[in-house]
Amino acid sequence: MSREAYQIPTGSGSGSAPGGGAGAGSGLARPFDPDSVTMAYICGDCGSKFPLRRSDPIRCKECGCRVLYKERTKRMVQFEAR
Amino acid sequence: MAPSKGRRQPPSAEELEERNTVGINKETVTNTTSTDYPGNYPDEEHAWDKEYFRQNFKVQWHQNEQFEAQFSLIGVDASIANAFRRILIAEIPSLAIETVYVNNNTSVIQDEVLAHRLGLIPFTGSKKGIREYMTFWRKPGEGEDSYATTFDNNTVSLKLAAKCTHRKDAPKDSRDPHELYENAHVYARDITFEPLGGQPKYFSGDDAIRPVNPDILIAKLRPGQEIDIDMHMHKGFGWDHAKYSPVATASYRLMPTIRITAPILGADAEKFAACFMPGVIALEPVTRQEARALGSGYEGHEGEMKAVVKDPMRDTVSREALRHPEFEGKVKLGRRRDHFIFSIESAGQWDSDELFLEAVRILKKKAGALRPQVTNMVYAF
Repeated sequence: MSREAYQIPTGSGSGSAPGGGAGAGSGLARPFDPDSVTMAYICGDCGSKFPLRRSDPIRCKECGCRVLYKERTKRMVQFEAR
Repeated sequence: MAPSKGRRQPPSAEELEERNTVGINKETVTNTTSTDYPGNYPDEEHAWDKEYFRQNFKVQWHQNEQFEAQFSLIGVDASIANAFRRILIAEIPSLAIETVYVNNNTSVIQDEVLAHRLGLIPFTGSKKGIREYMTFWRKPGEGEDSYATTFDNNTVSLKLAAKCTHRKDAPKDSRDPHELYENAHVYARDITFEPLGGQPKYFSGDDAIRPVNPDILIAKLRPGQEIDIDMHMHKGFGWDHAKYSPVATASYRLMPTIRITAPILGADAEKFAACFMPGVIALEPVTRQEARALGSGYEGHEGEMKAVVKDPMRDTVSREALRHPEFEGKVKLGRRRDHFIFSIESAGQWDSDELFLEAVRILKKKAGALRPQVTNMVYAF
């Protein structure tokens, strides 16, 4: 796999590899297979939520819509009311 | 150099009136600055005198409702009146939402915009609690824990949680979102107050922290969308952010003066009255006595209607009367320089008359802080 490959931003997956110089699997304590990691997406048309893997076609499994949205972060976000 | 006229006579009442009037002409405004200070007129004192001020200063109330007050301050300088106005807007503390913790917001309104909207909602609660129990929150310094300065006596915690769902019992052909969905609109009344520590002692029952206007629309939701937010309120000043300003408006205007210098009669009088706000100019019949007085301009007009000034305070000084050639030289518009008509509209945390008294107290405190400095300044030389 090339170094420029997309890294899934999961906290547990990529460990500590700043700069992206160390590619996936090269210097990691816990190597992972990006093809098996799934991520939940929301269909832009029917609104259904479903998981997709890296190699899956970008397509809704219910209605076939090609517009998908990522879910909002589950973390709390702090704002100043100004 | 012009020849000296010797010792001047004290100014006549007419001249005093003239000095006290801002002239409003067709295209210019004249005589705009105060001249009653020492050294401005030969042989006149004009040093500020407490007794003179005490005798001449007057307050007149026109309207005093809970959130709307109008009154006149008569006999003060513009600098003092302006100081009160600025203090009202920027230096009286009040509570407002300062930090917004967004746990979830899937509505169409962005987090930043939502936070800003929340900040601008005026809140109220126990006056005693806000004035005496609540203190100011300090931003934690570098390396300090972010909640190291957050206590029950400087922070009010609020919560807003709303989730929109379909309504099962909605009529089939309905298009009204209120009938179709639960929580379609999120209002200020949906914000709940969470008392912390010693707060229940002050803020409970009718004194609980609550939005002044419960019907402020915060966001609109559609089924599946959700808002889940925690908020922290702090006390702050209007100079920091407009949301902390306790007034919606605090402004003053000068008392208008209208002087009719030559008779305006009949149809002209009606036209003249229409040049001003309703109620400013009244029409009165010319009396027999006036019609008999020679040189008054009313000779032979007994019983005709003439224009008289009834209530100049209602006028907006539009200068419309100056546009018409038939009134040329017959009317003089102006404003009284030392008559300030204040209008204070409270945002809801305090009553508007209370706000003005608070402004007076703050100005007094500031003067008290200035006093030792002036004293020191005099001692040094």
